[in-house]
Amino acid sequence: MSLNLADVKRIAHLARIAVEEDEMPGYLQQLSNILSLVEEMQAVDTTGIEPMAHAQDVVLRLRNDAATETDRHQAFQAVAPQVEASLYLVPKVIE
Amino acid sequence: MINTSLKELSAQLASKKISSVELTQTFLERIREMNPRLNAFITIDEVKSLAQAKAADALIASGKAGPLTGIPVAQKDIFCAEGWLSTCGSKMLHNFVSPYDAHVIEQFNRAGAVNLGKTNMDEFAMGSSNETSYYGKVKNPWDLDAVPGGSSGGSASAVAARLCPAATGTDTGGSIRQPAALTGITGIKPTYGVVSRYGMIAFASSLDQAGPMAKSAEDCALMLNVMAGFDSRDSTSLEREKEDYGRDLEQPLKGLRIGLPKEYFAEGLSADVAQTIEAALAEYRKLGAQTVEISLPNSKLAVPVYYVLAPAEASSNLARFDGVRYGYRAPEYGDLMDMYQKTRAQGFGAEVKRRIMIGTYVLSAGYYDAYYLKAQKLRRLIAQDFTSAFAQCDMIMGPTAPTTAFNLGEKSDDPVSMYLSDIYTIAVNLAGLPGMSVPAGFGANGRPVGLQIIGNYFSEAKMLNVAHQYQMATDWHLRLPPLGEGLGVRG
Repeated sequence: MSLNLADVKRIAHLARIAVEEDEMPGYLQQLSNILSLVEEMQAVDTTGIEPMAHAQDVVLRLRNDAATETDRHQAFQAVAPQVEASLYLVPKVIE
Repeated sequence: MINTSLKELSAQLASKKISSVELTQTFLERIREMNPRLNAFITIDEVKSLAQAKAADALIASGKAGPLTGIPVAQKDIFCAEGWLSTCGSKMLHNFVSPYDAHVIEQFNRAGAVNLGKTNMDEFAMGSSNETSYYGKVKNPWDLDAVPGGSSGGSASAVAARLCPAATGTDTGGSIRQPAALTGITGIKPTYGVVSRYGMIAFASSLDQAGPMAKSAEDCALMLNVMAGFDSRDSTSLEREKEDYGRDLEQPLKGLRIGLPKEYFAEGLSADVAQTIEAALAEYRKLGAQTVEISLPNSKLAVPVYYVLAPAEASSNLARFDGVRYGYRAPEYGDLMDMYQKTRAQGFGAEVKRRIMIGTYVLSAGYYDAYYLKAQKLRRLIAQDFTSAFAQCDMIMGPTAPTTAFNLGEKSDDPVSMYLSDIYTIAVNLAGLPGMSVPAGFGANGRPVGLQIIGNYFSEAKMLNVAHQYQMATDWHLRLPPLGEGLGVRG
């Protein structure tokens, strides 16, 4: 599977990364190189093999439905770029 | 003092021969003198470190000290530490002073250890040379033209130059073992789930695991005793009995069966590394071990599988860096989408963006089965190879990396050739097994060579024993780089 410039544009959009027009050919080249490395996988028949999502195939623990965290919103919001009245500020999304 | 073992330092602290404040000052002084050339640290905070040292001295005076109380430990900048800048080597977190401690940091604090500073690393732990850090390249103290390996290159360089007695690292595809090998130090990546990932900035969550980087296996055992333990805040943390990883250090190795994967001694391994590893294996035979050839037939697939799974998980984990809740935000933007896109374009470096984009692609509609699911199936085959191999042997050994440290800039323009530097370490992460690297000598260019030891699940104590016995018979781990010898040596 080889990529083209339209693919790179689409991937960059999905990844929410602004890519300038003049950077596109560089990304196309590098991403294609990585994908051709990855292509070796297709040579192996994996019919009937269970996918392995996790190193130990562990079962997720359940915990009691209880509040365990203390309210530290001021400390956590102190590191945010823009906060007002305990709210994170972003550009307007609804007109 | 700089080449003294943790056990001996601890004894000197306990007998009041030295104080933690003195010990901390000695290392802070070395950092001040040598770090400008190595760039191993991103953040030093002498006031904070010395306050912790003072508290440790009080603890020692009150008779409540543990084995690491008062010992200065450098922390990889991937660990969030309350009140400390915690950047993960990225511009994205250039202003992130963590409001909380990672579990690993909490464990060291509880043990009374001193945080000596935050070490440099490849950006978001993505790299094998420590050249992708926003805070500049780290140098290898054995040769300032050489890379220290990555991603825990700052920790490796700092331990090798004896800027700290020990440090922490993390290993997703080799990031503890490969830099340990390239700088001539000892490092162990435990079984997945042994050390909590809470507060350790995530790269690829099904592979990430923290571990110690130190001068010897004995020091690593003391460090791991502090780092390991169940933590309910990491959903993959394993509930296991607390163990003493140093309990088997003195066991003899007679009868140990060492498996040598023929795939790890094939084409691609440089001759000087092969020779050094052979000499190490001969030493093991002298210690009473026997070697058997084994096969890991799917090991050639480890790199391709890793470069699907790790970027896929990274693209999901790094979605959190959106310029809203913490870290960098682009100074100028239009609407919300523009803010996200510009923030991420400016905040992430080139390698991180490449991996996010690869990950986004392999998870996107229409490609998921061909890439992500396929890679997960192959991951099982790779893990099964090890299960079969451990039916024939107790430990697996081979080179940690195919070559000694390469030169700065040598591979930075060719990501794929850089990825192949981790060809012997990646399969271990995919299987979730423990792996370590032990200094075994030097290559043709005088740069260190690491012997990799791979154990079965939860065999860390045995691995440390196997490494310790070798270190009792050899002195590679005590060799100091030329840069380490020059300054402040006080025996």
